[in-house]
Amino acid sequence: MNDGVAPVLDVRDLKVVFRTRGGEVHAVNSVSFDLRPGELLGVVGESGSGKSVTMMSLIGLLPSPPAEIRSGQVMFGGRDILKVNARELRRLRGREIGFIFQDPMTSLNPVFTVGFQIMEPLRRHMGLKPEAARTRAAELLDLVGIPDARRRLKDFPHQFSGGMRQRVMIAMALACDPKVLIADEPTTALDVTIQAQILELVKDLRQKLGMAIVWITHDLGVIAGIADRVMVMYGGQVVEQAPVRALFADPRHPYTRALLETVPSVRGERAPKLKVIEGQPPLLGAHPSACPFRFRCDKAHGLCEQENPRRRPVGAPGHDVACHWDAPAVREAAHG
Amino acid sequence: MLNYTIRRLVMAVPTVIIISLLIFLLLDLAPGDPTAQLPLTIPNEVREEIRLALGLGEPVMVRYVRWLQMMVVNEPLHALASVTGWENLRPDGQRILSWQSRSPVGDIIAQRIPQTLWVVGMGYLFGILIALPIGIISAYKQYSWFDQIGTFISMVGFSVPVFFTGVVLILVFSVWLGWFPSMYDTTLRVTDWDSFMRQVRQMVLPVSVLALFNAAQISRFMRASMLDNLNQDYVRTARAKGLRENTVVMVHVLRNSMIPVVTVIALGVPAVFSGAIITETIFRVNGLGALLINAIYASDIPMVQTLTFIFAVLIVLFNLIADVIYGILDPRIRYD
Ligand SMILES: Nc1ncnc2c1ncn2[C@@H]1O[C@H](COP(=O)(O)OP(=O)(O)OP(=O)(O)O)[C@@H](O)[C@H]1O
Ligand code: SF4
Ligand SMILES: [Mg+2]
Repeated sequence: MNDGVAPVLDVRDLKVVFRTRGGEVHAVNSVSFDLRPGELLGVVGESGSGKSVTMMSLIGLLPSPPAEIRSGQVMFGGRDILKVNARELRRLRGREIGFIFQDPMTSLNPVFTVGFQIMEPLRRHMGLKPEAARTRAAELLDLVGIPDARRRLKDFPHQFSGGMRQRVMIAMALACDPKVLIADEPTTALDVTIQAQILELVKDLRQKLGMAIVWITHDLGVIAGIADRVMVMYGGQVVEQAPVRALFADPRHPYTRALLETVPSVRGERAPKLKVIEGQPPLLGAHPSACPFRFRCDKAHGLCEQENPRRRPVGAPGHDVACHWDAPAVREAAHG
Repeated sequence: MLNYTIRRLVMAVPTVIIISLLIFLLLDLAPGDPTAQLPLTIPNEVREEIRLALGLGEPVMVRYVRWLQMMVVNEPLHALASVTGWENLRPDGQRILSWQSRSPVGDIIAQRIPQTLWVVGMGYLFGILIALPIGIISAYKQYSWFDQIGTFISMVGFSVPVFFTGVVLILVFSVWLGWFPSMYDTTLRVTDWDSFMRQVRQMVLPVSVLALFNAAQISRFMRASMLDNLNQDYVRTARAKGLRENTVVMVHVLRNSMIPVVTVIALGVPAVFSGAIITETIFRVNGLGALLINAIYASDIPMVQTLTFIFAVLIVLFNLIADVIYGILDPRIRYD
């Protein structure tokens, strides 16, 4: 791995809790990861595993209360952006870090024109005059593949299809040429063909603009197609992280293995029965001092009850896993 | 939109005609006699002649058509002539006469409108002006002290009847403190600073009572509408773009929240014209509400018919206006 390159984004030991009536919910528990320039990091994990909360907490998008960042450090551009003031944080949002959300139907404001909404960050962060902002907005729409861009600036979101709206969202997130783009399940709400088009678009834009991307998804197929590196989350923790090939070839965490087995085989013969991961997602109530996956894990043993496993390097460079169980590949390597 | 408005206006015509017929027939059935208030010494033959002179001898449909003609042609033309001073507009035809005062109802109503508009209209206007910021802040700072107090006050304002608040205010501010008069002097003419201040002072109490009541309702509505919108995805998008919190709330959220609120405000306007019967009675404001109540007591059928008809037309009209405003404010609504 290109370990020498300084990461654009370096998250250390991030903890986020929600204070709710029923007690504290540890939604993100000691998450650490980094993002290198121009890299596409895929983030997978079942619903409620803390993917969105992790990413939103980076730029202060969580409602507080109930959200509270307990600890952690997010290094970006040489400083800890969890500690910058509100003004500076707003400059980071949109200007340096762009965000795309899951549902393009509701993520755009229905009563303002698409042009107005794309021009907002341009005027705010780049100080563009209305005419210049309009020209740039039209360029952006053109860039994300919306035909007749200049005229469509005057249209309202409801006049666009779902896929087109997600393109508008992408144009908006990329308006100020951010260094990092965080895409939170940007294609989940779209049908398969549109999804493929959006993926192509993002690949293409990444080539052209060279920003680093965090791509959250449920879909391992998507990850295989576009990611450089993958981070698997479970119960508010990163349980495994690896370059994309290594993860698919040599998954080490029981959860990752189960996740890969749930993916229908691409090559012709269908699995007789789609495998589901048994058991319930973990409750994130008590402070976890044990492995969050232990109730669903077929490799669980005594230690798993007593100690939350830390991430340790395994296999290929850049591959690490948080599990007490030595997956076979590791054992062979140790013995051999 | 223009087409829609015209179509709605045309469709309103039969509605209004049916309403007018209902009003006329129902009130025609009511017991009431134009000569009832005359001295008992007047012989029956003379009474009969008076009735005939007022056109009461004719079949009901003939009377209805004549009344409708006076109502929608003669009276508006008279009003127009008085307002513009173009005397040649004034029609020669008969006018609707009040049984009580024997003068045209149009003239009496024209005398009463200013009081009602001043007092009740101001009460509505101030109510709105107070309600909007309270609703916005309450929603933005949900469950804060401000919100709790606001909720309490609006519950009081909403559930305590105006005849109670009115009397309490009179007791405190005119009887004990002597700051404001308890009775509204309709004959007061504003000619200089002094009389202007007297006018302001006599308006304070009735306007406050009405403003409190209206503000209680509208602020609840504003709050609910803001809360609905504050949780929408587009708000998160606006924040993620790095917009100032002020812009997020006062532009993105407010613009959406105002759609239903403006509609409700428009729907409430006819109630301003119909006067606040109770408030007008308590403070002796000689407005339309008081006029209607007196006319009912005196069985002044033409006056009651005319006032009811005007209120009905206003309600139909403002329903239409509310719909049109809705269409203007919400680009998703297509009226064609
Ligand atoms: N406002 C909130 N109040 C309380 N708990 C919350 C709140 N928002 C999120 N959570 C909790 O945080 C946990 C992580 O949620 P998050 O949205 O990050 O999951 P996710 O991995 O993005 O799931 P999905 O794939 O469904 O988007 C969830 O268990 C959820 O219960
Ligand atoms: S730590 Fe134990 S329970 Fe957790 S995944 Fe590994 S083997 Fe399973
Ligand atoms: Mg999510």
